[in-house]
Amino acid sequence: MTDHEHKSRKSPESAEPSGTPEASASSASAASQEDEKAQALRTEVTTSETPLPKPVDGAAADAAASDLTGSGTAPGEPVLSKEPPTAFLEVRDLRVHFPTQDGLVKSVDGLSFTLEKGKTLGIVGESGSGKSVTSLGIMGLHTVGQYGRQRPHLSGEIWLNGQELLTADPDSVRKLRGREISMIFQDPLSALHPFFTVGHQIVEAYRVHHAVDKKTARKRAIELLDRVGIPEPRKRIDSYPHEFSGGMRQRAMIAMALVNNPELLIADEPTTALDVTVQAQILDLIRDLQKEFGSAVIIITHDLGVVAELSDDILVMYGGRCVEYGAAEQVFYEPQHPYTWGLLGSMPRIDRDRTDRLIPVKGSPPSLINVPEGCAFNPRCPYADVPKGGITRTTRPELTEVKPGHLSACHMAQEDRERIWNEEIAPKL
Amino acid sequence: MLTYLIRRLFAVAVMLVVIILAVFCIFFLIPKWAGIDPATMFVGKQADKESIEGVREKLQLDDPVLVQLFEFFKGLFVGRDYVGGGTTTHCGAPCFGYSFRTEQEIWPVLTDRLPVTLSLALGAAVIWLVIGLTAGVLSALKRGTLWDRLAMTGALAGVSLPIYFTGLVSLAIFAYQFDLVSNSFTPFGDNPAKWFSGMVLPWITLAFLFGAMYARLTRATMLEVMGEDYIRTARAKGLKEPVVIGKHAMRSTMTPVLTLLGIDIGALMGSAILTETTFSIPGLGQAVLKAITDRDLPLILGVTLITATAVVIANLVVDLLYGVIDPRVRLG
Repeated sequence: MTDHEHKSRKSPESAEPSGTPEASASSASAASQEDEKAQALRTEVTTSETPLPKPVDGAAADAAASDLTGSGTAPGEPVLSKEPPTAFLEVRDLRVHFPTQDGLVKSVDGLSFTLEKGKTLGIVGESGSGKSVTSLGIMGLHTVGQYGRQRPHLSGEIWLNGQELLTADPDSVRKLRGREISMIFQDPLSALHPFFTVGHQIVEAYRVHHAVDKKTARKRAIELLDRVGIPEPRKRIDSYPHEFSGGMRQRAMIAMALVNNPELLIADEPTTALDVTVQAQILDLIRDLQKEFGSAVIIITHDLGVVAELSDDILVMYGGRCVEYGAAEQVFYEPQHPYTWGLLGSMPRIDRDRTDRLIPVKGSPPSLINVPEGCAFNPRCPYADVPKGGITRTTRPELTEVKPGHLSACHMAQEDRERIWNEEIAPKL
Repeated sequence: MLTYLIRRLFAVAVMLVVIILAVFCIFFLIPKWAGIDPATMFVGKQADKESIEGVREKLQLDDPVLVQLFEFFKGLFVGRDYVGGGTTTHCGAPCFGYSFRTEQEIWPVLTDRLPVTLSLALGAAVIWLVIGLTAGVLSALKRGTLWDRLAMTGALAGVSLPIYFTGLVSLAIFAYQFDLVSNSFTPFGDNPAKWFSGMVLPWITLAFLFGAMYARLTRATMLEVMGEDYIRTARAKGLKEPVVIGKHAMRSTMTPVLTLLGIDIGALMGSAILTETTFSIPGLGQAVLKAITDRDLPLILGVTLITATAVVIANLVVDLLYGVIDPRVRLG
C-alpha cells in the first residue's frame, strides 16, 4: 500500500459512497438521508483539518480525547460522559469480563475507539488479546445464548448512530444485528449451517429484517451472490456450503452479511482460513463493497498485511487493552510501542535479506486472569530495562497522545522510543 | 437417488438371504452336530421309536443338508408339502412350518401378533421421542439448574430401572389402585378406547426406558451444537432465539437421534418381550418367550426372521432419512 493510495481514500469524495445501492435507497428514510448529509459534511470538516477520522468539533472532541486517555485510570470510576457522540461508532471504555472458576478473565479491559462511515479500522493483536471478544461485544452477542453459563460482565458504552447498545433493550439490539451491524466470521465452513442451502441462509437473513415474500428475498440473494462474484448465482444459490470452495463460501458469507446493507461490517479474521491466492481476492472484494455500500468496516486480524491493505486506522491490542492507536501510516511508519515493533518484526517479507532472522515477540500472551500489574507487555518487552524516569514496573502506562491522533501506552520517553525505532528496529525491517 | 434405492433394496434382499441361512444353520445344523434330534423336541422324550421315525420322515430330517435347505427356502417362497404316514400336508408360502406344540401353522401366528408388537413399539417410540427430545433440549438450555438435575436424575432412573419393575409398579398404582387405565389388553378391533386404555401403561413403561436415553443424548448433542459457529452466525443475523434453537440447533441435533433410533428398532425386541410379558400383551415377544420355554423351534425361527427383517428395513429407512436431513450424505 502506498502513501498515495492512503491519501486518496481519505479524500472527501471517496469517504462517502458515490452511489447508494438501490436497496438502501428504497429502505432509507428521509431522516437517515438527512443524517447522511450531515455525516458527509462532518467528514469533510474532519478530513480537511486532520487526516484522522476522529471527531474534532469542539466539546465532543475533548470528551472523546479525555475518554481515550483516561480509559484506564481508575477501574472503579471510568470517565463516561453518557453523551451521544458525533462519530458513527464510538466505543468508550468497553470492558468484557468473564467469570470463570479460575477467576475473572478480563478479555477486554477498557477499550475505546471511534469509527466513521466509509472508514476502516483494523484491530490487530495476537490470539487472546481480546479482538474477537470486542467484536462480539459490539454485536451484542455476549448477552444471548449463555445457557447455564455465567454471563460475562460488560461495562462501558457502545454508541452506534447515536444509540447506546450496552444498555439498550436486547430485542432492539437483536433487530440491529444483521441489519445495521453485520459480521463475517473466520471459517466460513463452520460459520454456515451445513444442512441448509446457501440461498436459504441468505434469504433467511434478509427476511428477518424485511417483510417480503420468499421470491423477492431470493431475487435479492441472487443479486448479492452475483455481486460478490459467485458464478452462475441462479444455480449456485441452491448449493449447500460443502459444495462450495473455501473462497466461494467466504463470498457467500459476505453476501449474507451485506444482504441488508449494514452500516457497520465487522470482519473477524475473514481471510485466515483461506488460501493465500483467495485471501487477496476476498480483501479486494471487501474493499470494493465498502466503497459501494459506504459502510464502516472493522477488520480484526493478526495479519498486519491485511490491515495494511485495508485500514484507515489501526488499533493494536495487547492483553485486552489498546497499546497503540492511530492512522494506518502512523502505526506502520512511526510505531510507538515495542509490541507493535514486535508485530512488524514478525512479518516475513520477500525483500528482506535471507540471512536476517525474523524478530519474533518472545514469550507468550499474558494470562487474562492475572494480567501483569503495570504494563501487561513488560514481561516480554525487550526494552523493559530502559530507564523510565523513576516509573516503577507496577505503574500501568496510560494511552497518551504522542502525536496528533496517535496514541500509545508506553512508559518509555518519546526520544528513547524514536531513537530505538529509527536506529534498531526500522533498519531491520 | 433411484439407482441408490434399487441398490439398497438389492442389498436388503441379499442380507435377508444371509440371515435366513444363518438362522437355518442355528436351528437345524447346530442341534444336529450337537447330537440333539429335533424330532424328539417335537414328539417329546417319552415317545416311541415309531412316532419319532414318522416325524423324521415328515420333516425330512434325514435328507442331506442341502436338500433340507432347499426345502426350507422353497417353503418360504412357494410353500412346501409335508409327506409322511400316508398323509400329505400342504403348507402355503410363506411356510415357516408348524408349531411343535400347537401344530398350528406359524405364519398366521406371526401375522396375528406382529401388529400388536408394532403398535406397542410405535406408540412407545412416539412418546419417547417427544418426551426425550423435549427433556433433553430443556435440560441443555437450562444447564445446571434444578430442572436440569431433576430431568437427568429421572433419565438415570429410566435407564437403570428394569421394565418389569416400572411396569409392575405402574400397574399397581395406575390400574389397580386408582383404576385410571385398563390392566389388560383388548384387541383394537374389539374396542379402540379400551385398547388405548390398555396400551397406555405399556407404552409409557417402554418409553420411560428408551426416552431416558434419548433425553441424555439430546442434551449432550444440543450442548455441543449450541457451541457451533453456525449458531453464532444465526444469532448474528438477528434471528430470534427460539428460531436459532428450534430451527438451526434442532436440525443438527436430529442426526444422532436418528442413528440411535435405527439401532433401537433392533434392540426393541428384547424390551418388547419383557413389556408384553409384564402386561400380558399377545405380541411377538410373548410368543417367542413361550416358544423358547417350549423349545418350539419353528416359532422361534419365524419370530427371528420377522425381527431381523424389521431391523434391516428400519436401517434402510434411517439411511434414506439421513439423506433428507443431512445434505452432505450423498445417496447414490
